[in-house]
Amino acid sequence: MIRLKDVEMEYDNGTKAIQGITLSIEDGEFVFLVGPSGSGKSTIIKLLTGEVEPCAGRIMINGFSVSNISERQIPLMRRTLGVIFQDFRLIEKKTVYENLDFVMRAVGASPKEIRKRIPYVLDLVGLGKKADSYPTELSGGEQQRVAIARALVNNPKTIIADEPTGNLDPERSLELMSLLVKINQLGTTVVVVTHEKDLVNRFGKRVITIDSGHVINDSVGGYVGGHIHG
Amino acid sequence: MAKHDFGYFFHEGVSNMFSHGFMSFAAIGITVACLLIMGTFTLVAVNANELLVTLEQENEILAYVDDSYTETQARALQSQLEAVPNVASATFISNDEAMESFKDEYPDEELFQDLDPEILEDRYAIKLVDLEQQSETVEAVQAITGISDVSHYEEIAGGFVTVRNVATVVCVALIAILFVVSVFIISNTIKLTTFDRREEIAIMRMVGATNGFIRWPFVYEGFMLGLLGAVIAFFLQWALYAAVARGVATNDTLQLIRVIPFSQLWAPVAAVFVLAGIVIGVGGSLSAIRKFLQV
Repeated sequence: MIRLKDVEMEYDNGTKAIQGITLSIEDGEFVFLVGPSGSGKSTIIKLLTGEVEPCAGRIMINGFSVSNISERQIPLMRRTLGVIFQDFRLIEKKTVYENLDFVMRAVGASPKEIRKRIPYVLDLVGLGKKADSYPTELSGGEQQRVAIARALVNNPKTIIADEPTGNLDPERSLELMSLLVKINQLGTTVVVVTHEKDLVNRFGKRVITIDSGHVINDSVGGYVGGHIHG
Repeated sequence: MAKHDFGYFFHEGVSNMFSHGFMSFAAIGITVACLLIMGTFTLVAVNANELLVTLEQENEILAYVDDSYTETQARALQSQLEAVPNVASATFISNDEAMESFKDEYPDEELFQDLDPEILEDRYAIKLVDLEQQSETVEAVQAITGISDVSHYEEIAGGFVTVRNVATVVCVALIAILFVVSVFIISNTIKLTTFDRREEIAIMRMVGATNGFIRWPFVYEGFMLGLLGAVIAFFLQWALYAAVARGVATNDTLQLIRVIPFSQLWAPVAAVFVLAGIVIGVGGSLSAIRKFLQV
């Protein structure tokens, strides 16, 4: 469950990235967050992951109050999130299995849990046979699926995907988005930040449109607002 | 920390060390140098101190009693001498006894055998508590009525006091400087590792790893660097000490100096080296990652 109430965010250089956003995403929802470059999408991601603190307003994520969270609570809050980036951010020196292994260890999973969970998650993203490959041996689509597996492996409540298809061709993008929908159907809340209009329109999900730090549309269906570019 | 984590942290720490072979080598090298210099000066100070203690035990000053005093009068000075601060003991030696020991010392010299004990003075052999205050004590003894003269070997005692004091001062200063340098170098070595692993650290933070978890591998890296440095420094120190001790023992002019055998010193040296190595290593790694873990 994600709640933003009258959230404002101004960077030190004076950029007003978010100018009073209120929105709410329920458990189990699938939401597209769209908007042009510089609209404030990235800032929302940073606010959700606790990388920056809002200047005003309240943010609640999966039971944590992020707007006044203590240093010690941040790791616990982040364990409820799985984050996927445009550039995958896999460790190239580690195999696919090791990439998942180290994030499970990082949150204190036992070796037994790790041995059970990783094959399951890799099967889910269709990479059951690639456990021992290195990221550089995989295609872009496969790498992004490893990133999804990594985001899922600690069983988060919410997946946040920041332009996950930005580096993929249209066909791979569609596959990837379908995978995210499948994950959502298994019970995980999914928030996808993107600016790919065609893709968004194909799925008929809830779309929140942001521009200049405001929510300009929040509806189910298609991409509203003609001035999307970037 | 769960048990399975220990193995993981340890493995990560050691593999970090090997991923920067040259810097790790430099870090170990500087730790070895630091400990070796520290150890050498400390051992010199310890030996100088030991010699001083021996000198204090063996070295006595002789207080000669005025010729005009009878033996009874001379013996009466005992209590006055013992009342002087820093005097450990005062032993009366009559001129007869002094002549006997004089003759014993030169049994082959016919010339000395028929001497009249009266040409020698009654005397006191005085032992001191603290050799450093010898000159003050000599003055105090000389001031007693009935004491005609005092003989002592200030130069030798003063020499050892100086050696010990210089060694102590140099020791403290060097340890302070080298300690800081070692911590700095180890800190920089580990900063390189953290830089190398910044992506990994960013991901760990993103998935909710605690700072403690992120920190441990680097702490182990520093720990291993410090410990390896300590072990190498210990064996080098041993070899160096043994070589110097041999040199002193076979040198005629240094016969006076008795070097403490390393077998009596190895345990405290090892303990101090290992402890200092670990403090340097862990201190260096903590200072390297302190900044990194904020935000």
